[in-house]
Amino acid sequence: MRFECPVPSRTRELVTLGHGGGGKLTHRLVTELFLPAFDNDALRELHDGAVVPAPRGDRLALTTDSFVVSPPFFRGGDIGSLAVHGTVNDLAMCGARPLFLALSLILEEGFPLSDLSRVLRSVSESSRAARVQVVTGDTKVVERGKGDGIFITTTGIGEIVPGIEISPRRVSAGDSVLVSGSIAEHGISILSLRDGLSFDTELASDTASLWPLVESVLACAGDRVHALRDATRGGVASVLNEIARSARVGIRIEGERVPVREEVRGACEVLGLDPLYVANEGKCVAFVAAGCGDEVLRTMRRSALGRDARVIGEVVDDHPGVVRLSTGFGGSRVLDMLSGEQLPRIC
Amino acid sequence: MSVERDEIGLVHGKVQFGGVVRDVNLSYTPEARVGDYVVVHVGFAISRVDEDEARRVFEYLEEIDALEASELAGGASSPAGDNGA
Amino acid sequence: MRFLDEYRDPRAARALVERIGRRASRRWRVMEICGGQTHTLIRYGIDRLLADSVEMIHGPGCPVCVTPLEKIDRAIAIASRPGVIFATFGDMMRVPGSNGDLFDARARGADVRVVYSPIDALAIAEEHPEREVVFFAVGFETTAPANAMAVWLAAEKGRENFSVLVSHVRVPPAIRLLLDDADCRVQGFIAPGHVCTIMGCEEYEELAAEYGIPFVVAGFEPLDLLDGLAVLVDLLEEGRAEVRNQSARSVRRDGNERARGIVDEVLEITGMTWRGVGAIPRSGLRLRERYARHDAERRFHVAGIASEESTRCIAGAVLQGKAKPADCPAFGRDCTPETPLGAPMVSTEGACSAYHAFRKYEDVDHAV
Repeated sequence: MRFECPVPSRTRELVTLGHGGGGKLTHRLVTELFLPAFDNDALRELHDGAVVPAPRGDRLALTTDSFVVSPPFFRGGDIGSLAVHGTVNDLAMCGARPLFLALSLILEEGFPLSDLSRVLRSVSESSRAARVQVVTGDTKVVERGKGDGIFITTTGIGEIVPGIEISPRRVSAGDSVLVSGSIAEHGISILSLRDGLSFDTELASDTASLWPLVESVLACAGDRVHALRDATRGGVASVLNEIARSARVGIRIEGERVPVREEVRGACEVLGLDPLYVANEGKCVAFVAAGCGDEVLRTMRRSALGRDARVIGEVVDDHPGVVRLSTGFGGSRVLDMLSGEQLPRIC
Repeated sequence: MSVERDEIGLVHGKVQFGGVVRDVNLSYTPEARVGDYVVVHVGFAISRVDEDEARRVFEYLEEIDALEASELAGGASSPAGDNGA
Repeated sequence: MRFLDEYRDPRAARALVERIGRRASRRWRVMEICGGQTHTLIRYGIDRLLADSVEMIHGPGCPVCVTPLEKIDRAIAIASRPGVIFATFGDMMRVPGSNGDLFDARARGADVRVVYSPIDALAIAEEHPEREVVFFAVGFETTAPANAMAVWLAAEKGRENFSVLVSHVRVPPAIRLLLDDADCRVQGFIAPGHVCTIMGCEEYEELAAEYGIPFVVAGFEPLDLLDGLAVLVDLLEEGRAEVRNQSARSVRRDGNERARGIVDEVLEITGMTWRGVGAIPRSGLRLRERYARHDAERRFHVAGIASEESTRCIAGAVLQGKAKPADCPAFGRDCTPETPLGAPMVSTEGACSAYHAFRKYEDVDHAV
């Protein structure tokens, strides 16, 4: 059932404090906007909490994430699809099939109802495509000036695939490091919309559910998959550093092997940014046992989101806790943790 | 990529950086035409790239590369650290 | 990208390294003037590849690093005024003032915005006629034409609510200061290609003749630097105190006359204190009297703010090539990009930030 916006003609209608009050207006919001977007048994009960069938496996994954992206609508997605994919991907990185989502919204007084509708439609479509159900939710409204339009928090539950053990503790010397596709697209596409940095680009956010790709990798390599991380804020470099530190291993990356698209490279040159530190929303880094790197690569490449996957490096015994990048000039340098926000540079 | 004049007669154009297009002020390179390459700094083109010069540099670099390769193959190269005093 | 990738080709790089190695009869001491060039050297490990033939001494070419402390404090003061939109290049956000930086000012409620070009700041002034918009006009001769144009346009269009806080520096006077120092060990210079794109090569020809030292103008890409160094070593070996332009694809001997014209119309030469280095006569630029309306320092009356520099920061020595970042006891410990004691640790052109980003975990290089 496709969700159609029930308020098409009243585009000037705005979110008011009354919508968050718990009374008639709230009820209208829920029944006219939320229910049609997420029609399912659990939600239809409109109970305080959702009652769902217990998952089959013996381990669950639970994760939560908040989304405050500005602007809320961008090429390739919006805060709604981001909120679904972000949490679905966190579950996937635990090796868990995403099952249920709880959706919590904080709306600013004055936020257009038509925008809210658009966001909900996006949540609806992306959760449907990711085969995850939004089963419960909450909405609060804050006074004008106290919130940036819309903030979303999603909490997700998934069942962990049996026979795998994903944890940084399992990462060890000899492991291959792979990235599932070309990097830095999300961050650059958001930056291109910011005041003062505007440039024209066809670049779209890469926000997407990574579960199908992860599922196939787990099916192929099982417990030879040691760790998975999605490379969101801070980019691939941050993920590598976090793993190097928690696993207390060294990581060596070949700079030339990291896939970066032309347009992204150009934008990064112009802004003085290093693509390795720019956010992604549909890419992951995988650490797999020595010897199965090629196999996992082939599996990734067969998946829709993994066409540009590459093996980019390996885990080593030397320099534990530190990531080194080979420069192609016969040397290597440290690829350090990101410090603060990456800022577009001066001359 | 495109060159326009605005109300004051200021020249600006759209410049492509590897697939990303940005508006660039061309006041300091008024001779720039569509198809030219320019050096851009904080939103201003500060010089037009002289393609002949650039080509000379590539050729020179290729020459150096070939020269080194043939000398190494000849087996008569001295080690990099052989600096005398 | 064309005209970029080709200058990063590893094979040609190795060939040039070999060539320099064979040509150098001793270890020459060379200074690369521009901070962007320093970053490339460290990032690609070029200084190490050439360690036997060349000692790279890092120069003061980081406009962010040399911006006087008082200007930073004034910037923060102006940004903190109610109603002001303060626009700046990204690099300036984390430069430590006497009490925090622009980032902190933003956290306290100041409307500080990062822009890519001074024209973006002017556009903000046009969109917000009711607000005062101030742009932090920092840079070397390369950036002066852009900043000058923004002021010129503001004056043309009668944009009263747009003003600039100027902190511009000129390279040749600083080189003169270095060369006049009795302890100066530099035997040859790699001059900054971008600066010469505007200014041309004449000023360096004068310096070469006066001091008997060769200058080679080179770009920022790794091959540009290697090529420049190869030519410089040739000149040094032959004892020729000449100026060579190895960046002829974008640098003409006369530079960009049109750009200099606008700079000259809007700005004039003045004395300037370089943070960490000291006062250098005729080394800065300020707005001419006729553009006083757009001078933020006059508009906002921010003179008389007490400025206090960290006593432990050795930025001055680093900028003059007298010390390497790793020589500093605070490097990587009390002084990091998140908690900087001075500017070179947070500027993308600062030597300290290059060493910290790419070599933090390595032992001090005694050979380099």
